[in-house]
Amino acid sequence: MTSTKKIGRSAAGDMFINVIMVLICFLALYPVWYTIVISFNNSADSMRGGIYWWPREFSLESYKTVFQDKTIAQAFVVTILRTLLGTITSVLFTAMVGYAFSKKHIMFNKFYIIFGTITMFFGGGLIPYFITIKNLGLYDSFWVYIIPSLFNFYNMIIFMSFFRELPAGLEESAKLDGANDLLIFIKIVVPLSMPVMATIALFNGVAHWNDYFTGVMYINKATLQPIQTFLYRVVASASASKAVVAMPAGITAQQVSSQSVRLATMVVTTAPIMCVYPFLQKYFVKGMLIGSIKG
Amino acid sequence: MKSKKTEETVVGLRQKTFWQRLQEEKYLQIMAVCGIVWMLIFNYAPMYGILIAFKKNFYITTPLFSKKFLLSPWAAHLGFQQFIDFFKDDEFWNIMENTLGISLLKLLINFPLPIVFALLLNEVKNVRFKKAIQTISYMPHFLSWVVLGGILTTWMGESGLFNELLIKMGVLKEGITFLAYPEYFWGIAVLSDLWKELGWSAIIYLAAISGIDQEMYEAAKVDGASRWRQIWSITLPSIAGTITIMFILAVGGLLNTNFDQIFVLWNPLNADRSNVIDIYTYNTAMRGMRYSYASAIGLFKSVFAFILLYIANQVTKKINDTSLF
Repeated sequence: MTSTKKIGRSAAGDMFINVIMVLICFLALYPVWYTIVISFNNSADSMRGGIYWWPREFSLESYKTVFQDKTIAQAFVVTILRTLLGTITSVLFTAMVGYAFSKKHIMFNKFYIIFGTITMFFGGGLIPYFITIKNLGLYDSFWVYIIPSLFNFYNMIIFMSFFRELPAGLEESAKLDGANDLLIFIKIVVPLSMPVMATIALFNGVAHWNDYFTGVMYINKATLQPIQTFLYRVVASASASKAVVAMPAGITAQQVSSQSVRLATMVVTTAPIMCVYPFLQKYFVKGMLIGSIKG
Repeated sequence: MKSKKTEETVVGLRQKTFWQRLQEEKYLQIMAVCGIVWMLIFNYAPMYGILIAFKKNFYITTPLFSKKFLLSPWAAHLGFQQFIDFFKDDEFWNIMENTLGISLLKLLINFPLPIVFALLLNEVKNVRFKKAIQTISYMPHFLSWVVLGGILTTWMGESGLFNELLIKMGVLKEGITFLAYPEYFWGIAVLSDLWKELGWSAIIYLAAISGIDQEMYEAAKVDGASRWRQIWSITLPSIAGTITIMFILAVGGLLNTNFDQIFVLWNPLNADRSNVIDIYTYNTAMRGMRYSYASAIGLFKSVFAFILLYIANQVTKKINDTSLF
């Protein structure tokens, strides 16, 4: 970098800023690090406290419990399925509608856009939405994770403006060759739009992976709950029961293990996203920016 | 050349009949109608479902699109009985206080700090160090609120790290479960939100800063302006537009206290300070089965939020000529 000594760049000022930045990084990382450390520590030993940087009695017991637990395994399957299926279907469906909406020359185009824009400003609210989902028979069905998130008007706008920038030549020549609009969309437009599709897919994927509320609100069957909903129920009961019931003098083995198992589940749940996001950071940043400019 | 061609096509289209055009566009029309049908079901049907708020009673087994629902008795006072009940509810003022209290604290603390963070980060000249800080500061955003809630219950539990430190420092005699006391709830809600979103919220400001013309800084340096002076007189005014838009959106969302977050941290013991509109709506419907009442509260919230958005928009339009609509 060419920037060397400049007027107004004091060493003390740089030092001050660097210290603050290091402090912020520490504050961001440490709570997560601490969770990982405790999850790898012998659970009875953790209760004595005093562990800060490194496991004192290294143990994989909690992880063994997590990987052997049938409920947790099932919940992971639900999470993975809904994330994969939900992301793919939602990106393709939203892009498809966006493609049709991007064609200004088709009939009713103005009406379609207005019809969608209204949904940005008005909605039914939590309860009428809940009743609608129930009426549709989606309550306690796996499809409640997929169908209601199939379409998103904000993402549709992003797709629409992207498609309008595409060179028209390719589509026109395909049309002359006799391809219909659906084929053109699948064979020409989708491959050309991979960057924007990847960006939106990433956002959808993280949202699916981290969503717990759909499972709480619309799912009753234990076998259909995703891992985040499972964790929610565990965390909620942990914070509430600990508060409601006065703690007995001796902590039972059950409670000891439940805390470390909870932490291990949290680590396993979060690990995939933590491993992926640093490498896809630029897509996330791009998505955040196009999202906020449109919104 | 190109415009002439489009003109010809437009003229050509005008001469075709409706059915001919439909035949030509059938695939595009089918694709568009798929989206319209989805919106009809998942956006417009719930809008119609707002009628529940004006009914005397609503039973979960009654289908929305049925004669039985439409003919069921309306609430008293031209259907507004539920709203009147809500304003007279013993919990009303407490709920409004919690909702606006948490939101205003977030607006006061969590809105400006990402701007400060972006400004400071922009002063870091070592590119690698800057990249590393950015990556690390985005990390908490990718944790779900459930996982963060789990971290918080561990830290703030009776034998958690937070208590351990406070006991060592002599602030506390023995550990307390912080989430079981209403008086700490606002603080926990605001700070955990700050922790999660500080780096992520700064992205938009960093992008705005990177678009500033570097020549202005050069000119300022020639004039001998100090670093702080440059931030104050060049950087801040240059990103004022972005700040304004984000501010309007934040005010419009004042009644959304971040349901995902509060729903995780909420429990009956801290309810005095954690019972916000969304939580109350959820509980009256899902636990109390009072669907009409809950719908009315939801509608009240939407209308109030829209008014706030409108006011914020008008005020900023007057002050610095930036507005959302």
